[in-house]
Amino acid sequence: MTRSPDGTNRPITSSAIGIGLATGAYGLSFGAISVASGLTTIQTQTLSLLMFTGASQFALVGVLGAGGGVIAAVLTAWLLGARNGLYALHLAPTLNLRGVRKPVAAQLTIDESTAMSIAHESTVASSRHAFWVTGISVYVLWNIGTLLGALGASAIGDPAVLGLDAAIPAGFLALLWPRLSDRTAWAIAAGGATVALVLTPFTRSGVPVLASALIAVLAGYRLRDRA
Amino acid sequence: MIWAAVLLGSLGCYLEKLFGFILPPTLLDRPMIRSVAALLPIAMLSALVAVQTFGAGQSLVIDARLAGVVVAVIALLLRAPFLAVVLAAAITAALLRAFGFAA
Repeated sequence: MTRSPDGTNRPITSSAIGIGLATGAYGLSFGAISVASGLTTIQTQTLSLLMFTGASQFALVGVLGAGGGVIAAVLTAWLLGARNGLYALHLAPTLNLRGVRKPVAAQLTIDESTAMSIAHESTVASSRHAFWVTGISVYVLWNIGTLLGALGASAIGDPAVLGLDAAIPAGFLALLWPRLSDRTAWAIAAGGATVALVLTPFTRSGVPVLASALIAVLAGYRLRDRA
Repeated sequence: MIWAAVLLGSLGCYLEKLFGFILPPTLLDRPMIRSVAALLPIAMLSALVAVQTFGAGQSLVIDARLAGVVVAVIALLLRAPFLAVVLAAAITAALLRAFGFAA
């Protein structure tokens, strides 16, 4: 971790804690939804500790809960997590990691830590500080939120009575919402949803969501010169 | 079986992150890789919204979940935080069922 003597890192630290608290709140809904989808509290907590990337975690439990099977669930989680690899590629030169810090930083490489690091790229020190404090803050609070949500949902009964089955698509929608920044994004979202709905009656559960990835590949190919 | 998904899924997601720190950054120069990885979450999250709203096994149905999602859209338009969006959807569906307005 890097510190500057004049204390300019303090505002970064406090926004990192704010981001951690907000993420912890949706860790709460992840914990509850995961248990409602049929995972145990320990399985749910293992996901937050080891997988630690929200969209993939929600997708894995969503596909499993809908009866999609292990392979579809795992592939969906991996495809959604691919962007983290891209973040790491981008962050690597700035963070310039050695030794044990590399595997630790890898686990903390997610949307929030990357966005904070990029937002503070004006100096290398502040960019590194932003990455570490955001990553650690989100990791700790996401896991605490997960535990509380899982325990809460275990204590109460039928997910449909509580409307938790409606919370699942709402959760995915809230993850999708900030990415719908332009017409291209809307078109790709519409394409993904259409492919999935059209395939639902004809394929095993889990396949429709995987097939929607093809829309991203096709669009990515067509838009490769604009990226 | 669930454990297999949890552990395999976690391993793969971790390796994706780790490879990013090990592989040469010049991979980022390939526009195709950048744009596909950026677009995957949009297509797949949208597919998940659709399937989790309308799917029931291999059939498509309209039930209380749709009302929940509509309320979630309103909450998002009002810039509600994540937890409020999810809670609003759950409470909507639960109330509609409790009063017998939807399955």
